[in-house]
Amino acid sequence: MKAIETKELTKRFGTFTAVDHISFEVEEGEIFGFLGANGAGKTTAMRMLSGLSTPTSGEAVVAGFNVYSEAEQIKQHIGYMSQKFSLYGDLKVWENIRLFGGIYGLPEKKLREKTDELLQTLGLESERNTLVDSLPLGWKQKLAFSVAIIHEPNIVFLDEPTGGVDPVTRRQFWELIYEASARGITVFVTTHYMDEAEYCNRVSIMVDGRIEALDEPAELKRQFQAADMNGVFQALARKATRGE
Amino acid sequence: MKQFASFIRKEFYHIFRDIRTMLIMLVMPIILIILFGYAITTEIKSVPFAVLDRSRDEVTTRLTDRIGASEYFNLYKLLDSEEEAQDLFRQGKVRLVVVFPPQYASSPDAAIQLLADATDPNEATQLTGYATAIITAAKTDAIVQTMPIGIIPVVHLLYNPLMKGAYNFVPGVMGLILILICAMMTSVGIVREKEMGTMEILLVSPMKPVYIILAKAVPYLLLSMVNITTILLLSYFLLEVPIMGSLFSLVMVTVLYIIVSLCLGLLISTVADTQQAAMLISGMALMLPVMLLSGMMFPIENMPKLLQWLSNIVPAKWYIIAVKDIMIKGLSITSVLKETGILILMAFVLIAISVKRFKIRL
Amino acid sequence: MNNVSIQHISKKYASIEALQDISLEIQPGELFGLIGPDGAGKTTLFRILTTLLLADSGSASVCGLDVVKDLREIRKRVGYMPGRFSLYQDLTVEENLQFFATVFNTTIEKNYDLVRDIYVQIEPFKHRRAGKLSGGMKQKLALSCALIHRPDVLFLDEPTTGVDPVSRVEFWDMLDRLKKQGITILVSTPYMDEASRCDRIALMRAGKCLSVDTPENIRRSFTRSLWAVQGAQMYPLLNVLRNYPEIYSCYAFGDAHHLTFRHQNVSDNEINALQEYLKTNGYTGVELRKIEPSVEDCFMAL
Repeated sequence: MKAIETKELTKRFGTFTAVDHISFEVEEGEIFGFLGANGAGKTTAMRMLSGLSTPTSGEAVVAGFNVYSEAEQIKQHIGYMSQKFSLYGDLKVWENIRLFGGIYGLPEKKLREKTDELLQTLGLESERNTLVDSLPLGWKQKLAFSVAIIHEPNIVFLDEPTGGVDPVTRRQFWELIYEASARGITVFVTTHYMDEAEYCNRVSIMVDGRIEALDEPAELKRQFQAADMNGVFQALARKATRGE
Repeated sequence: MKQFASFIRKEFYHIFRDIRTMLIMLVMPIILIILFGYAITTEIKSVPFAVLDRSRDEVTTRLTDRIGASEYFNLYKLLDSEEEAQDLFRQGKVRLVVVFPPQYASSPDAAIQLLADATDPNEATQLTGYATAIITAAKTDAIVQTMPIGIIPVVHLLYNPLMKGAYNFVPGVMGLILILICAMMTSVGIVREKEMGTMEILLVSPMKPVYIILAKAVPYLLLSMVNITTILLLSYFLLEVPIMGSLFSLVMVTVLYIIVSLCLGLLISTVADTQQAAMLISGMALMLPVMLLSGMMFPIENMPKLLQWLSNIVPAKWYIIAVKDIMIKGLSITSVLKETGILILMAFVLIAISVKRFKIRL
Repeated sequence: MNNVSIQHISKKYASIEALQDISLEIQPGELFGLIGPDGAGKTTLFRILTTLLLADSGSASVCGLDVVKDLREIRKRVGYMPGRFSLYQDLTVEENLQFFATVFNTTIEKNYDLVRDIYVQIEPFKHRRAGKLSGGMKQKLALSCALIHRPDVLFLDEPTTGVDPVSRVEFWDMLDRLKKQGITILVSTPYMDEASRCDRIALMRAGKCLSVDTPENIRRSFTRSLWAVQGAQMYPLLNVLRNYPEIYSCYAFGDAHHLTFRHQNVSDNEINALQEYLKTNGYTGVELRKIEPSVEDCFMAL
């Protein structure tokens, strides 16, 4: 089974086509980079895939569920984390873990185990009772990611998870992503850091609502004769004509 | 000056482009007036009552007819026992029971008992008051026929002979609307700039903070005047509340009250950091006191001493008194000097605190 | 003089030391970058310089004017673009620009030459509400608004955060053109790769200034030799490398891992030994080459 499968997926707002017939597949356990300029349609596409918005036309199956008819099941089987909202800042670290574990219906005993395990992996044992607001951004984001996959979802959607995070913590974050992927969790991630695009198994680049390129980073660089992913991105995204 | 004008224009854009603000500003006053005018009426009309007549003579029958014939009461039932009266009260079938003692006709000074449902004390007071007035009037007629000498108490309801509720709530609604629009909208407007981060840019501009504040206040002052006009027109034509005193005095007092409200809004904006907080504070600190402690809904004289004392710091109380005096009683501005004085004092105190608290930095 | 001078500035919020003894001198006409992640204290420093906050200790001046005493005068002469998009979302593009022009006692026409380059790109949308613009467009509008009164010094707080790489390059091109007009620009960014676009940079972390110099000199100050490692199976390779006793640091950098050794001068023998070690762990065909450090390497080493 593919983790994500879309065919001619389209979303229109009035006369504006935000997502224009995109078709792609994501393998299970894959780290899939979803790149594109601001306004290229990434967020709209992510919303459709996570069951938050209904497509105008086309097909999409996420974790084996249809986005039209089984949006609720999709939500059960995915995790979601964004740069803007992820955790409650006025709750303590353990309270957040408990809250989100509870939302996904983890049983009490499992929740306790998970909490301990998670705090240990992140090295946050001493911060168990700290309010999330007073943690540095990088720690917050690592915690938010761990909480987003606390229910072992099939797929986790990450919307610019590392924006503004310091370089060292940013790399630690990606190590968490690798671990999750090794456990079989599919990672669907957007980023504006082009070095992070290199860490993905495959990368797609959206321009004006369409996927203009999709391949392994090395292959893309060869194809566009670019030294790095930034070169690939610049070459593609400069073609954008849409007035955002 | 050009800066200032452009700032005011910007404020109007904000107001006109936000459908919720527009609704609150223009529709709410109309809805409130209509609500208070028709739905939430405190007037007594066709209240069902019962009679427990232990003497059943000509006089008591005539009195019963007399009460039932008034527009205030409708006879529901003649009772046989006190238990029956209790039941009717419990079932909510009647709100007043008149009890005549035995052999009433032969001893017309014997006490008539009036029982009222006091779950709503204000209404109970009103009901018994009306019934007493009717009975007294009837007795007077009877006495006049038999013995023409004696001092007869005559109840005459001053200024509001029809006891219309509108006379009370129109000033109240004015007090409420003005404080809501001026204080709540101003505070939310200023706090929104803080929240959106635009205050940061405005502060880092040559524009003086005092102009930023004034520019926020001016549109709401103008719109409040529109509101007042609407309210007065509605109450004059729809609810038939007269304007007895001078319109000019009324407007002057109103402008004064608006200024006090704007200052309150400014003060709230210096305390609140989010629009939500500003809304909550305005709601709790302004709306509730205006509804409860201004005398708009509940008479202040009947309140515990502490609340009576507290009601003195509610600007709406003084405004409502002044408006009633001018609008309903037709008094001149000189007779509301105390009220206007208090409002002026409040304005100065609030401005002083706000200016002191307003930060020229973040 | 359009210089900015910061002397021993410290600022504390409750228990957090937002800024600790920061001293910087920014020359007139310089494009100066404050580089650092979230929580470095960049925004606090900007707010102190734009007279929005008072420092706990230390002093600062902008255009030779004291940020505490000469508040009024400074507010006339600086342009400020806060980190969040801080324009009126319910006003159109044109209304926003018009409004800020008037607030600063000028007109769009008077200073149009300065913003023209930037504004022409959003002019086709001038009747659109600012809230309906996205990413790069908002950025351009915000910059136009910050420039409309022809400020002597421009403060840009993370103008490129959350903006895609193409719009970021365009934004820095705009700053280059503004610099030519003689405007002193102080800009902050969490993207280390943008450091090279500045004349000089200050690397900041957790309220401290770690290093101030030209990007070139900062790169040169990296004392260890830096090696890029490329091979198949990059993620497991990272852990294998870290377990090698001679390795001082090893971080993923896009398509390669950047590696430093415990001692400064690395001989060919040592490289061969590492290759052997990797082979015994099952990693063949791993490529190692010596490279020049980037600003990000330097930041992580500090």
